[in-house]
Amino acid sequence: MGSATQAEVSGAGGAKGDSHIVVSGLTHVYRPRHGRQVTALDDINLTVGNHEFVALLGPSGCGKSTLLYLIGGFLPVEKGSISVLGEPVREPGPDRGIVFQHFALFPWKTVRANVMYGLERKGLPKREAEARAAEMIAQVGLKGFEDSYPSQLSGGMRQRAAIARTLVLDPSTLLMDEPFGALDAQTRNLMQIELLALWRRSPKAVVFVTHDVHEAVYLADRVFVMSARPGRIKAVVSTGIDRSDREFVKSRAFVEKVDEIWHLVHDQPQGPR
Amino acid sequence: MTRLRGGIGLLVLALLWELAPRLGLVRMDTLPPLSAIFLAWLDLARSGDLWTHGSASLLRAAAGVAIAIVAGTVIGIGMAAWVPVRIVFRPLMEAFYPVPKSALIPVTALWLGLGDASKVTLIALGCILPVAIGAYNGARGCERVLIWSGRSLGAGKLRTLVDVVVPSALPELLNGVRTALALSLVLLVSSELIVAKNGLGYLIGFLGGSGIYDAMFAVVLTIAIFGLIVDRLYLRYVRSVLSWQ
Repeated sequence: MGSATQAEVSGAGGAKGDSHIVVSGLTHVYRPRHGRQVTALDDINLTVGNHEFVALLGPSGCGKSTLLYLIGGFLPVEKGSISVLGEPVREPGPDRGIVFQHFALFPWKTVRANVMYGLERKGLPKREAEARAAEMIAQVGLKGFEDSYPSQLSGGMRQRAAIARTLVLDPSTLLMDEPFGALDAQTRNLMQIELLALWRRSPKAVVFVTHDVHEAVYLADRVFVMSARPGRIKAVVSTGIDRSDREFVKSRAFVEKVDEIWHLVHDQPQGPR
Repeated sequence: MTRLRGGIGLLVLALLWELAPRLGLVRMDTLPPLSAIFLAWLDLARSGDLWTHGSASLLRAAAGVAIAIVAGTVIGIGMAAWVPVRIVFRPLMEAFYPVPKSALIPVTALWLGLGDASKVTLIALGCILPVAIGAYNGARGCERVLIWSGRSLGAGKLRTLVDVVVPSALPELLNGVRTALALSLVLLVSSELIVAKNGLGYLIGFLGGSGIYDAMFAVVLTIAIFGLIVDRLYLRYVRSVLSWQ
């Protein structure tokens, strides 16, 4: 990794490399058409380094997905600021790929057409787009299912297709909104392993939203622990896990880290529940 | 199995139709036997009347429905996508919804005369509503993560509307078009019955008024069967378009 040249904006913990995503003073108020408004996010400050994998961890309603959508440019920033690679975020763009929990594949397009869509928008010639899509589809293990529609695939396969559709554009930022939350335990574990492999092959800044402590520690360099109502970052923990050991999940360091963060998540004296 | 049962039902009905007038259960002149109607149909077909009037009607219906599909889709999708369009069209649609569209027959005739224009306008006006409602509901039902996916894959707002919102709306939109197709025949025949110089509706009125009942029934049956065939073909088309479901 390159040396850190840019100062941490928030002091939220040691991001490695230069700052890729900088969120500062971000407050987001959710105003439903009926009922009371809710402060979904309250004064969020965080930075994510180049090629860093961070997890946003917290109970449902803590605003972690909202934070992700704001970074993605899907929701308007009203108070505070978000910049990615020095540019303020204004609207969605292919530099920030996103994977949703329920896949969000275009159900009327085949796997191939889904994966090719972003390439076509980029203006790539059809033949080149096809070749790149085929390569990406093979990388996520969907070779042979190019002509299937999403409705014909299992949950795990749909998520592979969705990941391929996003990664084929080689975004510098990857946003993931509980991407494995709808999958069974076995598939989830397999997808986690493959995601790490894909990330190592083509490193990028990853923001991964989850409510699963084990998953957060398994995947991320740093875990941002959030609390609910209003959504705040209450702790930032570097996992410091050496993933070169294939059995690292069984290591004492891993188990203790999960334990430590589990307590951070669940000790909510001010919590309403 | 159900298809076979439906066929048997129709066969029994046809048999009753044939026998009831012949056995004197109903008056022969008000309900001619089916065979007589068939012979009258052959005469109409051979003389060319069926084709002349049929093609006039078909053109009117097709033009009206085509206009309704284009305008209804644009209005419905536009209403779902842009608030100003919704503000303008929603009250219009709500006000127009309960109006019996056949009440507009004299109005369109007054404005546009007895020819094609009044029929096409009437059909277009009546059929816009089911198409627009289908397109609107379908587009409103488009999941936001699909729109967001389109945007984050590099599609602009308009492009996302065309590539994501419209296909999402398609199942309901096509359902609205089916309603429009059925409605178009209703409006076509009733307007031709009342004010027209040609068309199948006019032919029914003319034959009925002249007391040529077997031929009149032949035209009525022709329209009924045509409507049925159009609906079946359309359903088959919809199924192939929506095969991804």
